[in-house]
Amino acid sequence: MIVPNERGYFGDYGGRFVPETLIGALDELTKAFEFYRHDQAFQDELKEWLTNYCGRPTALYRAKRLALELGIKEIYLKREDLAHTGAHKINNTMGQALLARRMGKKRLIAETGAGQHGVATATAAALFGLECEIYMGEKDIERQAMNVYRMDLLGAKVIPVTSGSRTLKDATNEAIRDWVTNVGHTHYIIGSVVGPHPYPLIVRDLQRVIGIEAKAQILEQSGALPDYVFACVGGGSNAIGIFHPFLEDDLKMVGVEAAGSGLESGAHSAPLCVGEPGVLHGSLSYLLQTEDGQIKEAHSISAGLDYPGVGPEHSYLRDQGRVEYISVTDDQALAALRLLCRTEGIIPALESAHALAGVVAQAERLKEQCVLINLSGRGDKDVATLAALEDKGGK
Amino acid sequence: MQRLRETFAKLETQGRKALITFITAGDPDLDATCDLVETLVEAGADIIELGVPFSDPLADGPTIQAASLRALERGTTLKKIIATVKKIRSRTEVPLVLMTYYNPLYHYGLKELVKDAVAAGVDGLIVPDLPLEESEELRRLAVDKLAVIPLAAPTTPDTRLAKIVAAGRGFLYYVTVTGITGTRTSLPKELSQSLDRVKKIAGELPLAAGFGISTPEQARTVGAHADAIIVGSALVEIIAQHGASAAGRQELGDKVKALRRALDAV
Repeated sequence: MIVPNERGYFGDYGGRFVPETLIGALDELTKAFEFYRHDQAFQDELKEWLTNYCGRPTALYRAKRLALELGIKEIYLKREDLAHTGAHKINNTMGQALLARRMGKKRLIAETGAGQHGVATATAAALFGLECEIYMGEKDIERQAMNVYRMDLLGAKVIPVTSGSRTLKDATNEAIRDWVTNVGHTHYIIGSVVGPHPYPLIVRDLQRVIGIEAKAQILEQSGALPDYVFACVGGGSNAIGIFHPFLEDDLKMVGVEAAGSGLESGAHSAPLCVGEPGVLHGSLSYLLQTEDGQIKEAHSISAGLDYPGVGPEHSYLRDQGRVEYISVTDDQALAALRLLCRTEGIIPALESAHALAGVVAQAERLKEQCVLINLSGRGDKDVATLAALEDKGGK
Repeated sequence: MQRLRETFAKLETQGRKALITFITAGDPDLDATCDLVETLVEAGADIIELGVPFSDPLADGPTIQAASLRALERGTTLKKIIATVKKIRSRTEVPLVLMTYYNPLYHYGLKELVKDAVAAGVDGLIVPDLPLEESEELRRLAVDKLAVIPLAAPTTPDTRLAKIVAAGRGFLYYVTVTGITGTRTSLPKELSQSLDRVKKIAGELPLAAGFGISTPEQARTVGAHADAIIVGSALVEIIAQHGASAAGRQELGDKVKALRRALDAV
């Protein structure tokens, strides 16, 4: 089965649950995307930007000291942290900004959690001379101050969102409200494989470059495909990006969600592990929700994973059993972050540290295996959070 | 659903326009909602739209967002709202429609929801995040029992509008502005023409215009080109200030009466 179908469904998940006002814009976007997806000039231009501006292909690095420490045969890190702006998010924003330009849209808006997507959107807007406004939860503005300043430097306006949990979920609501109001001249760059069709498809298409490169690189370096691929899952764009080109191959994939203070505590961001299907932000997918169908607030130390929903394709892959989804706590992620700093001299983002922590947690069964991990972003943005934890004398 | 049909038929023979009033159920609490509905009906509302509070109301502006939050903090749930409708039904035959985001319905179970809503006396559902393509199952389950009231927007092309009308029941909810709910000082200047165009396509399905309408003057202007007007945020603001106190009910009633008079002058 080819997913998504023409209505944007990955099996039972996906679709377009948005106000009627946006249907025309989504149709327009679908049409433009389907055209430029096969347009050689567009693809050449995108490749040019990704190569000479973003620094692609990003390195694939064999982490020998980390592997030795964990007693795992081979570990490879796909270094998305080395992409311009410090995370995989730029792959998506460059593609969507080019698309917006072709569609004649003068203004870009985006939601952001950790600020990486906001920075990547602000970067593309600055580069192409487009107006840019970024919605960000007040709580995330506090814990990701550096990225707020970066967006400001890049000429974007950061709009604090004070409703609800004051995190990514509420920033997304506000961005959708803006888009409903300004749909004529504005393109909304969604930062993950979430939202109404065609967004989960567009973002997947733009992030597949991660897996395509990694596959060629690992074949060249080790002469074989990996046995396992690990990635962290919030909305799930870096995970889909690395998983998708390997879906037909004979290997196992593991998506790592944020268990926050622990699944049993209720304070987590693990809808695939313990959520139920429902509709949020335009698509049907696994969700954290109450008995009455209200969306629950998520929790994670990582602002980029602090989201109660997940992309519909992950829900599909979960139900198919093609990808295994597990979760690790804040503490496990912090320990993994420190481990990578000390063994390999790489400071990973708190989000990416969840993928590492997933490998640490499963080290026993990975002993004889070759493991590929998507290191989706760098951790500079998180040092203030880490320092604050040290001050509290913990962790 | 029958109540909706009869109301529009009666108003048409009288040559009058329908006044549809929105309040958020459970704001300030569900007992108050019963009283507030009575106030609205006594003041001249023809159809009552009860908002089901949702944690993430992405088609709503600040006024209704805040009302949703107040209602949720008081423990309002869809189940309790349906029970409240049952109570209201013992007092009035006014058509009642629920305006709700899709997830609470989906989570309730569509089949169960239709059964319970019909039994309680709900006449229709307005689901702002459920466009034509996604509403098929709900429409199939609700058929002839519960009106699934469709929405159309200024961005809806005519060909699509015709499909929306064909699938719609109860009335057509035309969103007057490209945007979210909330009072506005001015409405789009091309609105009258848009409504005339939509009215032609809507045919037998009554045309109701909502979003941004708050003053008697706006009611009159818009009412001249539609079968009904919908007022929400302007009423919710009164409840936000006064709750369901006697003073609040007085002010709410006065506001609805003013809108009623304006509409009857069309």
